[in-house]
Amino acid sequence: MGVLEGKFEDNVLVTSLDWVFNWARSSSPWPLSFGLACCAIEMMATGASRFDLDRFGAGAYRATPRQADIMIVAGTVTLKMGIRIRRLYEQMADPKYVISMGSCSNNGGPYWKYGYHVLKGVDEVIPVDVYVPGCPPRPESLLEGLIQLKDKIRRQTIARKSEA
Amino acid sequence: MTPREIEALLKERFGDRIPESRLDGLCSWSLVDPAAILEVARFVHDDEKLKMDHLELLGGVDYKDRIEVVYVVNSLTYHHRYTLKCRLPRDNPRIRTVESVWKVANWHEREAYDMFGIIFEGHSDLRRILCPDDWEGYPLRKDYTFPGKYHDMPV
Amino acid sequence: MNLDYSGDIMTLNMGPQHPSMHGVLRLELKTDGEVVVEAIPHIGYLHRCFEKHAENIEYPGVVPFTDRMDYVAAMNMELGYVLAVEKLMGIQVNDRVRYIRIIMAELNRIASHLVAAGTYGLDLGSWTPFLHCFRDREKILDFFEETCGARLLYNYNWIGGLMFDLPEGLERRIIEFLDYFEPLVEDLNRLLSYNYIFIKRTASVGIIPPEVAVSYGITGPNLRGSGIKFDVRRNEPYLGYEEFDFEVPVGKGEFGPVGSCYDRYMVRIWEVLQSCRIIRQAIAKLPPGDVHATIPKRVKPPVGEVYMRTECPRGELGYYIVSDGTSKPYRVKVKSPCFTVMSGFREYSRGAMIADIVAIVGSVDIVLVELDR
Repeated sequence: MGVLEGKFEDNVLVTSLDWVFNWARSSSPWPLSFGLACCAIEMMATGASRFDLDRFGAGAYRATPRQADIMIVAGTVTLKMGIRIRRLYEQMADPKYVISMGSCSNNGGPYWKYGYHVLKGVDEVIPVDVYVPGCPPRPESLLEGLIQLKDKIRRQTIARKSEA
Repeated sequence: MTPREIEALLKERFGDRIPESRLDGLCSWSLVDPAAILEVARFVHDDEKLKMDHLELLGGVDYKDRIEVVYVVNSLTYHHRYTLKCRLPRDNPRIRTVESVWKVANWHEREAYDMFGIIFEGHSDLRRILCPDDWEGYPLRKDYTFPGKYHDMPV
Repeated sequence: MNLDYSGDIMTLNMGPQHPSMHGVLRLELKTDGEVVVEAIPHIGYLHRCFEKHAENIEYPGVVPFTDRMDYVAAMNMELGYVLAVEKLMGIQVNDRVRYIRIIMAELNRIASHLVAAGTYGLDLGSWTPFLHCFRDREKILDFFEETCGARLLYNYNWIGGLMFDLPEGLERRIIEFLDYFEPLVEDLNRLLSYNYIFIKRTASVGIIPPEVAVSYGITGPNLRGSGIKFDVRRNEPYLGYEEFDFEVPVGKGEFGPVGSCYDRYMVRIWEVLQSCRIIRQAIAKLPPGDVHATIPKRVKPPVGEVYMRTECPRGELGYYIVSDGTSKPYRVKVKSPCFTVMSGFREYSRGAMIADIVAIVGSVDIVLVELDR
């Protein structure tokens, strides 16, 4: 998105292209199959029978970061893991989005005060698009987070950098 | 066997190398001279009447003036359980490893080293296990101060 | 197996981000072609300092942290902790509390084993059993939600009692659920357990001989899978489990040697049925009573120490608590069943194929947070 930045105004061509790109991107945000702690179980429950993440096009968990579009950071990020998460994020292809799921990855959650080995928020190492609160968030909350992310994707334009 | 019988057996065998015991329904324990721990461990593991083949728990406790190593052992044959303890000086705690008796002690001892800095002499692979290798300090000691930063991540 | 290798050893990293590592376990595999010469587990990627927290928080406040330790079976984790503190304080709870605790613990055991079976199928390439297992697990979570308001982490067992009594008519609905669920286990067996490919992938893989299991302190279904009949509920009963009629299933080695991945898996399936039996008996005997009657105003145990072990779905869970007479525990040490089972991984995975490593890790059913605490 950076290449064309500032070269065009919003015109018919740009907005139509935007529409096509955003439609494609927001319709199939494939998550990285990557669970950390408690929230990962809720993430699995979201993907399973009752909540069915596939309805939103996001059910295809990819095992490798190179095929994934969104990373759902589900669980406590420790210092030992923080370095690896940054590397995983860097391996993902652009455009990439991050959902921070649960209090722990938002800001350390219950491990905020005495957690000598807990990173206080995954946003210390990677940029986050949507924060989903809860400990753990219910599957409905994660779905709401995903819908928010889709809204965010639909507002993007190739003419400007997204307001991340 | 009841804890009382186990204690009597240990006392009979090791005499003054078992300086103290406390028997109650919560957690009956005997204090063991740190120099004799390997011998005692082998005895409770091999003895026909004890057969404590299951090391349940091995961990440290920091009492500010000393560090205790706690061994909870259990028998899968007779279903009895007993606790052994060793008192170590707080600066430079050292004790023989019991890895050769119960193999699971390998990881338990690595954890005790990681959390309390207890050196297990003769251990085959004494490295940190939970914290990263370049971590400083022993987190579960009572006077542990939290690090401000690890690499470039704030704690 | 003949471990005569050709020479070139390649190091391969599996994890921490790997779909079948059940979280963030990292295995360093030394491979010779497809054969794994040595698999060295590296843990600590989810070490979130439970024991440090427990030292700094008052006794009742530790319960939510125990929940978060093994989030698949949170009821069982908090049960072990509150039983330890109650033992230290000498609190005797009434029969209603005891029975409700048993019902909740066993329901959670079923839910946990369903996750284990479902994800194990997923690891070995079958997607459908996972959906079936999660469908039934959601029904159990509904009961929990109705009782205490949470789906996953409950904070339901309090020191000396329970958070709430059972809601109106829940006993009846649990019985209805069991009537519906018990035949479905046979369904799962047809779908997964007696599936030819599944048996081929698991039946003679990852064998843990009994003496290795004992030496590495392996407990729970993994120990029973190796043919050793030891269950804390039976051999050192707590909460009055001796009043219940249930069997302790052990691995039989149906399609291969005893102690294989298949045996460990099947022990869990049989345990689910035994849990159903226990719940039925507990509901039949459920007496009236006040679940808040014995909750102490202040939790301040006397100076002393206690070791309490319970049978949680992953094995034997022990809490060693040292009290110095204040309202905060001086030290809480957890005996984690997953920690001991992984400590022996190097031994029982030696000589397996790379694809079988996935089968072995899945069969011991670990939860990484409990492993790292």
